[in-house]
Amino acid sequence: MPVIKDGRLVEDDWTFIPDFLPLDEVARPVVSLARWRDGDCALRARNGRLGLRLPNDTDPAAIGADLDRFALIELEFPVFKDGRAYSQARLLRERHGYRGELRAVGEVVRDQYFFLERCGFDSVSVAGDKADQGRALEGWYEAMAEISVPMQPAADQRPPASSLRERRRAAAVAS
Amino acid sequence: MYRYDEFDSTLVNERVVQFRGQVARRLSGELDEDHFKPLRLMNGLYLQLHAYMLRVAIPYGTLDSLQMRRLARIARVYDRGYGHFTTRQNIQYNWPKLAEVPDLLAELAEVEMHAIQTSGNCIRNVTADHFAGAAADEVEDPRIHAEIIRQWSTLHPEFSFLPRKFKIAVTGAARDRAAIKVHDIGLQLRRDAAGEVGFRVIVGGGQGRTPMIGPTIREFLPKADLLSYLEAILRVYNRLGRRDNLFKARIKILVASVGADIFAAMVEEEWRALRGGSLDLPAEEVARIAAYFAPPPFENLPAQDTGFEAMRFEDRDFARWCRTNLHVHKQPGYAILSISLKPVGGVPGDATAEQMEAVADLAERYGQDEIRVSHEQNLVLPHVRLRDVHAVWQGLVAAGLGAANIGLVSDMISCPGLDYCNLANARSIPVAQRIATRFADLDRQHDIGELKLKISGCINACGHHHVGHIGILGVDKKGREFYQITLGGSAGEDASLGDIVGPAFSYDDVVDAVESLVETYLDLREEGELFLDAYRRVGLAPFKEALYAGH
Ligand code: HEM
Ligand code: SF4
Repeated sequence: MPVIKDGRLVEDDWTFIPDFLPLDEVARPVVSLARWRDGDCALRARNGRLGLRLPNDTDPAAIGADLDRFALIELEFPVFKDGRAYSQARLLRERHGYRGELRAVGEVVRDQYFFLERCGFDSVSVAGDKADQGRALEGWYEAMAEISVPMQPAADQRPPASSLRERRRAAAVAS
Repeated sequence: MYRYDEFDSTLVNERVVQFRGQVARRLSGELDEDHFKPLRLMNGLYLQLHAYMLRVAIPYGTLDSLQMRRLARIARVYDRGYGHFTTRQNIQYNWPKLAEVPDLLAELAEVEMHAIQTSGNCIRNVTADHFAGAAADEVEDPRIHAEIIRQWSTLHPEFSFLPRKFKIAVTGAARDRAAIKVHDIGLQLRRDAAGEVGFRVIVGGGQGRTPMIGPTIREFLPKADLLSYLEAILRVYNRLGRRDNLFKARIKILVASVGADIFAAMVEEEWRALRGGSLDLPAEEVARIAAYFAPPPFENLPAQDTGFEAMRFEDRDFARWCRTNLHVHKQPGYAILSISLKPVGGVPGDATAEQMEAVADLAERYGQDEIRVSHEQNLVLPHVRLRDVHAVWQGLVAAGLGAANIGLVSDMISCPGLDYCNLANARSIPVAQRIATRFADLDRQHDIGELKLKISGCINACGHHHVGHIGILGVDKKGREFYQITLGGSAGEDASLGDIVGPAFSYDDVVDAVESLVETYLDLREEGELFLDAYRRVGLAPFKEALYAGH
């Protein structure tokens, strides 16, 4: 399944490897939290890029100490109205300082893109055929442009209305 | 009143364009109903049995005449000439066409209104005391903080897919007119020992099938910390609230299951990590918003007005109306004036386009251009000079809005019930109408005094029956409509849930039962004692006796 990343539709070069399969030959494996937790020394010492899939009822603090081992963390949306992963994403970014790729997987649809991006996700998986994927990418661009002034701070770089007002006040005082 | 700056209007206008796109994708079939549903719900659009229903937010219940006229115009152009004011300071339109809803929203945006987050599992329209800015017992205007919350919660990226809907109410007075103890979060402005103003924070109250009076999790929260604290509560809820069972998904279930103390500790822990960050409110920002809610230019008037007194003396109907529909204003020579939307035989909360326009005219001419919507489904003109009260009353009577029954037995809250709602066990509106007709004699109602009667057609409790002095709940008994009666509920600062009085009554018998309860109260009340106080003094026994003794 391809992903939208940096405004482009790209092939997913990561592979989720179920716990019962070996990782040996896989260049970019994504492992479950259980596998990471019970991980043998080989996994822990693994000298290559590693991805982690975090169930959405897990407190990110549970892996806080291991974060720099992961180049990718996948957060799950079992159904798109289950919004727990938004909180996980903000905690990973804002509290635990995770800098790797954060990806939304599961039922992820266009109308979540803006919220996802604001919570610190930088890629989303895209389902469907070529036509669906094209529409999703189009939707991604629309979603990013739809709301220009958010009303609250989050994990993204957009200045919220409160900061813009603050700046305006500062400018008024300065002049 | 708050006025949008360019940031607020940009967002609301962009939101209209966004929803226009979503509607177009729905109409073209690109979006199926399953995926359109949460999007339309975040714009207040419900799909009911026969048609769409649009719920428009009236943030903290405040409107000016321009906005009220626009609501009237929308009723006329997009609906069938009326609207329904709800218990959550919203207005609902029952017959909009999907393809026209984007135009309707654009008309609202022109007058700084919207339908954002009036439904769906997000932070809903924030409600406040409908006497805000006018009540004599107020520490500070709660709308300042309700507006701050409105902005922060609008399209919140983390909290738009919560386990369930989330309702916040704010009051600035110890006398609770906003039902803060039966909300997901209730905030009460108060002073601490040092005279500093902050909030008491109540979490996990609610009605529905599991009614709860919310516990206080923090006695005093400094004003600057409001948003970081709310974010902490919402984050704990978003992560830990149940999502496996719709009926157990509200925050009240989480708070009750872990216990208020443990819940409070979880919030405090999250808050310690959040406070001091970008959510801290600079005093300048609070001041900027507070300035919008500065009191209107009041005249220096004597506390009494001779013309007003004379009219009260001469005109018995006017005098009677004054007894229930006027309330003490903080400014001498002014009054707070309630407009009842509960005429005998009417549908509680409904108003026609013409009535909305009449209220807009009166507010503009006599009421500092301000109108409020109360959670008891009435309207309020918060700032009227005593000398103008008679003229306003005449205008109201002419518009069919002269009911002199605020707080009395016919000022009922009733849900739509079986006539409109597919979840109902029983009819509600006809029961309300029959009770109002039985007590149509106004002198009798005035003699009975304050009595809050609330009716729901099923356990979802849209009609607030749990917190009625008399609550009536529609139940289904082998396919027949029955009504269970509770006594002693209250939504005020002394909040309590009603006690079930005994076996339910049939549709035919329920009005007699209510009358018998009222007669029992009249017999046993002490001088000046209200129904609720009398019930609290004597308990269920005499009422039970009156209802079931002969059976
Ligand atoms: C006719 C269609 C309606 C339906 C199908 C409906 C459905 C529901 C449901 C399912 C709940 C329970 C939610 C929960 O506990 O999580 C509820 C609660 C509620 N509804 Fe309605 N409702 C309708 C109309 C109304 C109207 C017209 C009003 C206002 C006048 C209203 C006001 C409320 C209120 C205040 C609650 C309280 C629940 C709470 O927050 O604790 N509802 N409704
Ligand atoms: S209380 Fe029940 S019957 Fe009444 S409107 Fe709500 S869901 Fe419908």
